[in-house]
Amino acid sequence: MTSAGDDMTERSKLTPVLTRRWLSPTSWTIDTYLQFEGYSALRTALSAHPDQLIQLIKDSGLRGRGGAGFPTGMKWGFIPQGDQGAAAKPHYLVINADESEPGTCKDIPLMMADPHSLIEGSIITSYAIRAKQCFIYVRGEVLHPLRRVQNAVNEAYAAGYLGKDILGSGFDLDMVVHAGAGAYICGEETALLDSLEGRRGQPRLKPPFPATSGLYAAPTVVNNVETIATVPSIVSGGSDWFRSMGTEKSPGPKIFSISGHVERPGQYEAPLGITLRELLELAGGMSGGIPLKFWTPGGSSTPLLTAEHLDAPLDFEGMTEAGSLLGTTALMIFNETVSVPWAVLKWTEFYDHESCGKCTPCREGCFWLAKVLRRMVDGQGTPADVELMLDLCDNILGRSFCALGDGAVSPITSGIKYFRQEFLDLCTEQPGDVTVARPRQQAELAGAHR
Amino acid sequence: MTLAAQTPAQSSETEARPVPEGYVRLTIDDREVDAPEGELVIRTCERIGIIVPRFCDHPLLEPVAACRQCLVEAEMGGKPMPKPQPSCSLTVADGMVVRTQYTSSVADKAQQGVMELLLINHPLDCPICDKGGECPLQNQAMSGGRPDSRYVETKRTFAKPVPISTQVLLDRERCVLCARCTRFSEQIAGDPFIDMFERGAQQQVAVADGEPFQSYFSGNTIQICPVGALTSAAYRFRSRPFDLVSTPGVCEHCASGCAQRTDWRRGTVQRRLAGNDPEVNEEWNCDKGRFAFLYATAQDRLLRPLVRDADGELQPASWTEALQVAAEGLTLARHRGVGVLPGGRLTIEDAYAYAKFARVVLGTNDIDFRARAHSAEELEFLGAHVVGTGPATGDACGAGTERRAGVTYADLSAAPAVLCVAFEPEEESPIIFLRLRRAARENRTPVLHLTSWTSPAVARTEPVLGPGEQAPVRTLIPAVPGEEPAVLDALDADVESLLRASGAVVLVGERAAEVPGLYSAVARLAERTGARLAWVPRRAGERGSVEAGALPTLLPGGHPVADAAARAEVEAAWGVPVPGRVGRDTAGILAAAESGALGGLVVGGLDPGDLPDPALAERALAKVGFLVSLELRHSAVTAHADVVLPVAPVAEKAGSFLDWEGRRREFGTTITGQSVDGRPASLPDCRVLDTLAVEMDADLFTQTPAAAAADLARLGSHTGARVPGPRVPAPAPPRPGAGQAVLATWRRLLDNGSLQDGEPYLAGTARPVTALLSPATAADLGVHPGDTVTVATERGAVSVPAASADLPYGVVWLPGNSGPATVRRSLGVGHGAVVTVTGGAGTEPADPSTQGDRP
Repeated sequence: MTSAGDDMTERSKLTPVLTRRWLSPTSWTIDTYLQFEGYSALRTALSAHPDQLIQLIKDSGLRGRGGAGFPTGMKWGFIPQGDQGAAAKPHYLVINADESEPGTCKDIPLMMADPHSLIEGSIITSYAIRAKQCFIYVRGEVLHPLRRVQNAVNEAYAAGYLGKDILGSGFDLDMVVHAGAGAYICGEETALLDSLEGRRGQPRLKPPFPATSGLYAAPTVVNNVETIATVPSIVSGGSDWFRSMGTEKSPGPKIFSISGHVERPGQYEAPLGITLRELLELAGGMSGGIPLKFWTPGGSSTPLLTAEHLDAPLDFEGMTEAGSLLGTTALMIFNETVSVPWAVLKWTEFYDHESCGKCTPCREGCFWLAKVLRRMVDGQGTPADVELMLDLCDNILGRSFCALGDGAVSPITSGIKYFRQEFLDLCTEQPGDVTVARPRQQAELAGAHR
Repeated sequence: MTLAAQTPAQSSETEARPVPEGYVRLTIDDREVDAPEGELVIRTCERIGIIVPRFCDHPLLEPVAACRQCLVEAEMGGKPMPKPQPSCSLTVADGMVVRTQYTSSVADKAQQGVMELLLINHPLDCPICDKGGECPLQNQAMSGGRPDSRYVETKRTFAKPVPISTQVLLDRERCVLCARCTRFSEQIAGDPFIDMFERGAQQQVAVADGEPFQSYFSGNTIQICPVGALTSAAYRFRSRPFDLVSTPGVCEHCASGCAQRTDWRRGTVQRRLAGNDPEVNEEWNCDKGRFAFLYATAQDRLLRPLVRDADGELQPASWTEALQVAAEGLTLARHRGVGVLPGGRLTIEDAYAYAKFARVVLGTNDIDFRARAHSAEELEFLGAHVVGTGPATGDACGAGTERRAGVTYADLSAAPAVLCVAFEPEEESPIIFLRLRRAARENRTPVLHLTSWTSPAVARTEPVLGPGEQAPVRTLIPAVPGEEPAVLDALDADVESLLRASGAVVLVGERAAEVPGLYSAVARLAERTGARLAWVPRRAGERGSVEAGALPTLLPGGHPVADAAARAEVEAAWGVPVPGRVGRDTAGILAAAESGALGGLVVGGLDPGDLPDPALAERALAKVGFLVSLELRHSAVTAHADVVLPVAPVAEKAGSFLDWEGRRREFGTTITGQSVDGRPASLPDCRVLDTLAVEMDADLFTQTPAAAAADLARLGSHTGARVPGPRVPAPAPPRPGAGQAVLATWRRLLDNGSLQDGEPYLAGTARPVTALLSPATAADLGVHPGDTVTVATERGAVSVPAASADLPYGVVWLPGNSGPATVRRSLGVGHGAVVTVTGGAGTEPADPSTQGDRP
C-alpha cells in the first residue's frame, strides 16, 4: 500500500513512522510488531508517571489527526484526576475508528496493516489518563479491519499486554472492540459516545464536555486512531524527535491519503507542511497527464482547492490560510474531466443521507441543497438557484448543532467560489424562459394558486 | 425575581449597585440585567420582555438546542462567540453581551433562515389543522417567516395521520422534530413509548411495532407539541381554537387537584387542557383528567326529577312535586332514622350540605362519604392526622384558618425520602407520581414503596444511577397483603434512618383501610421517625368531605362528635342542636338499612360495586323504606330510588375541591349545560339539599356553593384536642391454603370507572388486564403465563390472562375494576383476602362464540 517514489529524492520526503511496518509480510500480527520493537514503548511508559506521559505528549505538540487538530496532550490534561467529584468516576478512553468521511482512508488501512500500534498507543494513553477500560469504536461496514483489530486485541490479551497487572506494573486495562451501525454522524465524538452507550447516534449538547462527562457521564478521552497510533513512537523517540518533523505548530508525520486521478493513489506518510505538488510527485503525477482541476485537502468537508493552491503547505495553519481546512488529509484529486457541480452533488447527497436529523439547519438544509443541486445538474436550474444555495449554505454554516452541517456546505460554497461559471453554464443549457420548466409540484399547483 | 432592566443611560447608577449574591450581570439588547447564576439566556430574555422565538425549548424539559430557532449573538469577556448561540442552552455569565433578533442582524438572519427551513417541508394545511389558531409555528411564521417559498421541489411527504395510540394521532409532515414529546415521555413521564426513528430528513417520531403510546400522560405531548403533529383523536376536527371559550377549572377525577382549562363552545365541552400551576400540577395532567369528560353528556344523564309511581316505575316530575315527595318520605322515615351516603366525589360545599342536612334535618350522625372499603381505624386516623391540615401558605382548606401545616407538593420535592404505603401513585394520584419521579430524577430522592411488586410506578421512581453506583436502598419494600403493619414495624435500619431525616414524608393511601392495623402502624412509624404524614385518597371529593364533616365521627370543621365542647361550637354556629351520638359508618348504615333499623337513605353519587360488600349494598338499597338519590345519571342507586333528584356535573357548577394537600382548589361554573323548561337542568347538590331542607322546615344556608362555603367558614375549625390516633393491633395475617393465594389489588387510573364512560379513545390506552403471580406461585398453582387464570371466592370468580411479576410467594394481584376483573363486584372481597386460584377459565368456560365481544 505504501508507495515509494522512483528516486531517492522523492523517497526522502517520506517519513514512515506509522507506516513503517505496513509492507512487511503479515504486518498485522503481534510477532511482526514485536520484531519492530513493538510494545517496547509500553514498557517505557509503564515505568513513567502518568503525568509525565501527558507532559511528553504536550511537549511533542501532537495534534489530533481526526480533523480538528486539537492538541492531544491538552485533551488528556482536561481529564480530572483525583478521588473527588467527577474525578472519582471511572475514566474511559474511546478510540474513534468510525472513519466515514468521503475520501478519508487512513485509519482503516492502519488497522488492517498495523493494529498493534493502535493497541499499544491505547494502552499507553489509558495509563496516562488513568482509564481501566478502553473502547475502540469501529465503523460497522468495515468488517475485515474490525476482525483484524479484534484478533490483535486477542493477541495482546494472550501476550499479557491487556488484562490484569500489565507487564507486572499493577496497571489493569480491558479493551473492547465495538462495531458501529454505519452512521457518519457517529464519527462526531459525542454522537459516538451516545451510540456506544446503546442510544441513537446523535450529538450531545456541550457543555458538559466528554473530558468531564463523556461515556456514561464519566471523564472520557475520545481520540482518533491515527493520533493514538502515533503515541508509541513519541514515547520511544521523544518529543524533540517528533518535532524534528513537520512545522512548529503542526509537528510530526501524517498519513496523506491520495485518491482520484493520480498515477499511484495510496497512503503517503510525510511530515505536515508538505505541499500537494510534492505529494503529487510522490504519487507519480496526475494520471494520464490530464491537468489538475480541483482537490480536497482533507475529505469532502474541507473546502475544495484548485491548482493555484498546489504549493500551500499541508498543515493546520497553511490550509486555514488557503481558505480550507487540513481535515483528515484525505486528498481527493480531480482532473479537468470532472464537472464540479456533479462532484459537489455527489457529496451533498452524502450529507443529505448522513445528516442525523437532530437540528433543523442540517436536516432540512442538506435535504433541500441536494434537491436544488440535483435539479441544476439535470439542467433545470436557474442563476437564482446559485444565489439560493449560497444563502441556504449561509443559513446552515455555524447554525447547525454540530460540525456536520458546516462540512456539508463546504463543497458547495467552495465549488461556487472557484467554479461559479460551471454552475451558471448548467442553466444556459435549458430552453429560453428563465422561470424554467419547474418540476411537477409547480405544474400541479399552477391551477390552484396562480 | 426580575431585577429591573436598565437602559445604558442608567448604567452609571448600576455600576455603583453591587450584583446580588448568586447573580450575574449581563447585557441583553443594550439593557443591563441581573440574572441568577445558571439561568438560561432565553429565560432572562423572557423576564425582561424580550421574546426569542423557539420550538424545542420548554421550561420543564432539559434543553436540547435542536430546533436552532432561538439563535442569538453573544459575547463573552469582550470576545464575540464565533457562531450564533442557541439561547435555550446558553447560560448567563457575568459580563456577557447578548444580542437578539432585535439588535443583531446576524441573529435575525439566523432565525429567519431556520424559520424558512422549518417551513419548507411543512404542509400548508393550517386551515384544517387542529393547531391552527394556537400554533407557535403558525404564529412565528406569520411574524418572522417569508411570505413566499423560494423552493419548488416536492415537499417531503408521509402517510398521515398515524395513530400512535387510540387517542394520539401523529402527522409526521407537520412535525418539526423538536423532540418535546419524546423528551416529555423520557424525562417527565418516564415511559418512552415514543422516540425518534430513522435519521436525517427521514427522522420521525414513532412507536415500536405492537407497542402503542400507552402512557397515562400522553395527552401532555399533544398540548406541548408546538405544531399540529400530535393531535387528539377525540378532539380532531371538533373546533377551531378561536371559536372556543376557555374557562379555568379544577379536575374532578382524583385528589391531585390539577388546574385545568376547559374549552367549550355552544354549551358543550370540546376539550380539556392542563392548567399551569407551579405549586400543584406544574403544566401537566393525566389523560383521565384531559379526556374523561363525556360522562357528563352521556345519554342517560338525568335532567328532570323522577318520582316512583304506584306501579313502581320512575316518572318525570316537577321539582316541586319531587321535593315534596322526598320531604314527606324522609320526614316519615326520620323517626326510625335516615342514613346519608354522599359519595366521595363532592365539592367541599356540596359535602358540607350533606353533612349539615344529616345533622340539622335528619338529626343523625349516620353519614359517611366513604363509598369504598373503610374502617373505624381510618376514622381515627383521619381525625387525628388529616383533618385540619393544609398548606402553610396560599389557599387553605375551606373550613377556616386554624390548621396545621400539611405536606405539600413542594415538600415532596424537598423531602430527603418519601415512603408510599398502600398507595400506588401513578394509578391513584398521577401528579404526585410525576412529582415523585421528578424528585428521584433531579434530587435523587429515595422514593420507597411498601407494596407487593415492582409496579411501573416503582420502577419509574428509582433514582438515576451513574456507572458503578450502588442504589442507596432498595426502593421496593415487598409485603404480602395483610402483613404491611408487621413490615412497617420492622423496617430495615437503612430505611428507618432515611425516614428519620428531617422532612421525610410518608404517603398513605385509602387502601390502608383494607388492612387492619395498617393506619395504626403508619401512625406509629411517623411517631417513631418524625416523618410527616399525608393521606392520599383516590377520589377528588374525599379530602374535602373530611373537612366538611361528612363522617360519622366528625362534624364540619373537624369538630369531633364525641367532644361536647366542639359539638357546642357547632350548635352555637348553627343555632340548632347537633346529635351527640357517634353515627354509623357506610357499612353500618347499609347493614341498618338492610335490616330495617334505618327507615331511609339519602344517597349521592356512588356505585354499589365500589362498596365493601356490593351484595349487601344492593339488598339495602332495595329493601330500605325510603330512598332519595341525588344523581347525575341513571345508576344502580336510582334503580331503587323513590325519588331521584338530578344534580349538576362539575362543569356546570361552581365549588371547590380540597386536594390531598388540603389545598383549596376553587372553580367557577364553566357552562350552564342543558336547560329544561327554560331553566338550567342542573343544580349543585348543595342547592338541592337546601331546597329539600326548606321543604322539611329547616334552613341549611347552602343555596349556592358560595353561601355554603361562607357558612362553613363561619363555623371555624376545631381548635381543641384532636381525637386520639388509631391503636389497632394487626391481626394474624391470612394464611392461604392449598390452591389459594392472598389477593393484592388496587384500582387503575383507566378502568371501568363510570366517569370514563363515553371515551373509547381513552379506554384504548388502558393497561392490559392480567392477573400477576410470581413464577413460583404460578407453578405451584398450576398456572402458566399467558393462560387464563381464575381467581374466585364463594361469591364469584374473575378469569383473566396470567402474567409474571415479582410478587411475594402466595400472592396474586388483580386490577381492582378493569375489564372483567371487577374484584369487589364479582368476588365481594378486596386487598388482603384469601382467594382460590386455578389455571384455566374456571367452572364456567367462556362460550367460544362470544369471545372477543365486549359489552
